[in-house]
Amino acid sequence: MAGTKKNPMPCQPGEERVKNFLEVALGYDEDVAINEAKRCIQCKNPKCVSGCPVGIEIPKFIEKIAEGDFQGAIDTLKEKNSLPAICGRVCPQEEQCEKVCIVGIKNEPVGIGRLERFAADWERKNRKEQSKISNTEGKKVAIVGSGPAGLTCAGELAKMGYQVTIFEAFHQAGGVLMYGIPEFRLPKEIVQEEINALLNLGVELKTNVVIGQTITIKELMEEEGYEAVFVGSGAGLPYFLNIPGENLNGVYSANEFLTRVNLMRAYLHPQWDTPVKVGKKVAVVGAGNVAMDAARTAKRLGAEDVYIVYRRSEDEMPARIEEIHHAKEEGIDFRLLTNPMEVLGNSEGWVTGLKCLKMELGEPDSSGRRRPVPIENSEFELDVDVVIIAIGQGPNPLIPRSTPELQTSKWGNITADESTGNTSMEGVFAGGDVVTGAATVIKAMGAGKNAAVAMDQYIKNK
Amino acid sequence: MNKILQKQVLAPTLKQIIVEAPLIAKKAKAGQFVILRIHEKGERIPLTIADYDRDNGTITMIFQEVGSSTKRLGLLEIGDEILDLVGPLGQPTEHPAGAKRIVCVGGGVGVAPVYPEAKELHESGVEIISIVGARNEELLFYLDNMKAVSKELHVTTDDGSKGRKGFVTDVLKELIESDKGIDAVIAIGPMPMMKAVSDLTKNYGLKTIVSLNSLMVDGTGMCGGCRVTIGNETKFACIDGPAFDAHEVDFIEQMRRLRMYQIEEKVEDCRCGEGME
Ligand SMILES: Cc1cc2nc3c(=O)[nH]c(=O)nc-3n(C[C@H](O)[C@H](O)[C@H](O)COP(=O)(O)OP(=O)(O)OC[C@H]3O[C@@H](n4cnc5c(N)ncnc54)[C@H](O)[C@@H]3O)c2cc1C
Ligand SMILES: Cc1cc2nc3c(=O)[nH]c(=O)nc-3n(C[C@H](O)[C@H](O)[C@H](O)COP(=O)(O)OP(=O)(O)OC[C@H]3O[C@@H](n4cnc5c(N)ncnc54)[C@H](O)[C@@H]3O)c2cc1C
Ligand code: SF4
Ligand code: SF4
Ligand code: FES
Ligand SMILES: [Mg+2]
Repeated sequence: MAGTKKNPMPCQPGEERVKNFLEVALGYDEDVAINEAKRCIQCKNPKCVSGCPVGIEIPKFIEKIAEGDFQGAIDTLKEKNSLPAICGRVCPQEEQCEKVCIVGIKNEPVGIGRLERFAADWERKNRKEQSKISNTEGKKVAIVGSGPAGLTCAGELAKMGYQVTIFEAFHQAGGVLMYGIPEFRLPKEIVQEEINALLNLGVELKTNVVIGQTITIKELMEEEGYEAVFVGSGAGLPYFLNIPGENLNGVYSANEFLTRVNLMRAYLHPQWDTPVKVGKKVAVVGAGNVAMDAARTAKRLGAEDVYIVYRRSEDEMPARIEEIHHAKEEGIDFRLLTNPMEVLGNSEGWVTGLKCLKMELGEPDSSGRRRPVPIENSEFELDVDVVIIAIGQGPNPLIPRSTPELQTSKWGNITADESTGNTSMEGVFAGGDVVTGAATVIKAMGAGKNAAVAMDQYIKNK
Repeated sequence: MNKILQKQVLAPTLKQIIVEAPLIAKKAKAGQFVILRIHEKGERIPLTIADYDRDNGTITMIFQEVGSSTKRLGLLEIGDEILDLVGPLGQPTEHPAGAKRIVCVGGGVGVAPVYPEAKELHESGVEIISIVGARNEELLFYLDNMKAVSKELHVTTDDGSKGRKGFVTDVLKELIESDKGIDAVIAIGPMPMMKAVSDLTKNYGLKTIVSLNSLMVDGTGMCGGCRVTIGNETKFACIDGPAFDAHEVDFIEQMRRLRMYQIEEKVEDCRCGEGME
């Protein structure tokens, strides 16, 4: 009989892993995976499926694992999800599929994400050499941005027979999967393999092209003959706190810090050319996934003390529980109910500390959440030499700026229909973080997929 | 792609390359720049588009070899390719409306970015007075180019080896005081030079534009590393600039920020002799 708890995920021990960038979670082996799969009771009316933004047939793929038919499992997954090795690792399952799993009512839910990862990793190990298809026949469509939204949309359209070109601003594809989420959570080799598999479907990738600067959306359609365009340019514009001292040397946005380390491999400086300042004592402001990633990265790069500074309490922290748990195991020091007021610096312009104010929980507000209120005279200085701001990002600005035809919200998000990605500009579709604001990998993929269907219809009806 | 078609050594540590980049050449405007990466482990460095040829699909870059990436770039020869080249980035410089006479000041390698400004203004009928300065004669370049688009060309060197001994600001002050009806100044060069020009023209309430060479990574507004204080606001040099109203720029902060990686850059210098050849 299967247990009441999920089979635990084998992990590198905390004290070991803070010394390396290798993946923290090691994955189930075949026996454990089969055992976990047998915890699924194969509901007639499986709630889990409705919790998955792309509607994977979860009971079916889990049943295949239980039967030892791993190929069958991966085939089922791939019907709905082209990047299962990635989603199995970074999906906030506890908020999605696993949240509504029926087993989860009385016991721990089935480890759906872990099983998805298992099947995907099995396939990666057993994958046959794929040959690249080339497509010079179909109608031309353009994809802007190679994050999960753009990659998924491209893959779907290629499968429908379109000639697909992805334009990516960076020198490497992958979006946040490459430059944001760290190696120890999502190995870049896996991301690259998944991208290669998509490219093998005949998708053409043009890196180093900034749409809006190098060429505009209008030009793509009017001069280059693209029948439709999908915009998946993401939400990468970092927000700052607007407190004094924020431009001192040693203050980073999480985006800059993570990009230097992940994409530019600053942790291998000087063998790689891009430098990064890690500091001995680091304050990371914010408590989402991005903040956890920045804090855990700083620790691995040798920072002695790493703080999470967050003005609300533990309950409000937006990061995944597993990531918070991992961060704690790795010795990250959580300073909750602590509001940063000013970054302090010396006469040379280097950070010397972070002035903070202690907060307490006051009366509940209209939403029922207890609001943090400052405690009088509670100012204190946190002794740090690097401060990383991880309080959120807005949509990348270059496309909205260069495309007045595209309607946007007052925050700069492109306005698009949720189920089709239709925008205010004919033939232009959008999805992922640039529409929703910072969200999740699987939501971006879902949007890319929906848009592909709508684009196909649009072109056929033209 | 990105093949180097021509290379010229302007001075021992100052080089000009002309690179095949049709998409960039088609769009480039004065004030814009590219970001390039030379090898697999390379960093992304910004360089101004000093000139472009839309018909031939090429862009020109002039760079001073100051550290490991620019030195490595200097080793590339005609026929070699630049691994990654993206642009044009930044906003084209917004020239002061209605100005009839503009002084263009170029200090050191700053002559490279000031030349396309002078050229574009000259072509639109604005009268250009140019001041070009360098430490010594050897580091002067583009004098003929500048002359061709200017009504007057003034040259200064710190040591007096060519033109007038002194700083560009000495000439600029005289020009302003000689009452020539100058409407605006565009000054590009090392931060201390731009600051000195800005401090000077502020006294006269003379509109001045500078182009900032902040530290950059992506050049598309997603890292915030290039942030600058303009008036009371934080702006990103790569998407809001790189040109700004000089009198609003916090130059002290910018100079400090440029020193952010000095220690790391020294480490690179020690090893760049070995790995590079
Ligand atoms: C550090 C970090 C950790 C995260 N952790 C998780 C997690 O654990 N789980 C989870 O589900 N989600 C996580 N997220 C969120 C998730 O990564 C995003 O929601 C998702 O990547 C959005 O996908 P996207 O395709 O819309 O955009 P992105 O992934 O941002 O990709 C956009 C791409 O478009 C390119 N681009 C932008 N502008 C242009 C232009 N003008 N021309 C050409 N190309 C352009 C960009 O360079 C980029 O490659 C995390 C995000 C960050 C930053
Ligand atoms: C918009 C813009 C246009 C520029 N145009 C030109 C140009 O036309 N010709 C030219 O010679 N130089 C130009 N620069 C400066 C040029 O980018 C730097 O000299 C170059 O990056 C130095 O790299 P390095 O590895 O050779 O030297 P390093 O030893 O790494 O650095 C030397 C100094 O260069 C600056 N620097 C280092 N890395 C960067 C970076 N990623 N971005 C910006 N500055 C950096 C720092 O002040 C540093 O102290 C421009 C900079 C900007 C932002
Ligand atoms: S893609 Fe994400 S939400 Fe869907 S089943 Fe997999 S882990 Fe769950
Ligand atoms: S809800 Fe849970 S138990 Fe039911 S089918 Fe889905 S995963 Fe299995
Ligand atoms: S260089 Fe990254 S935002 Fe400007
Ligand atoms: Mg360098």
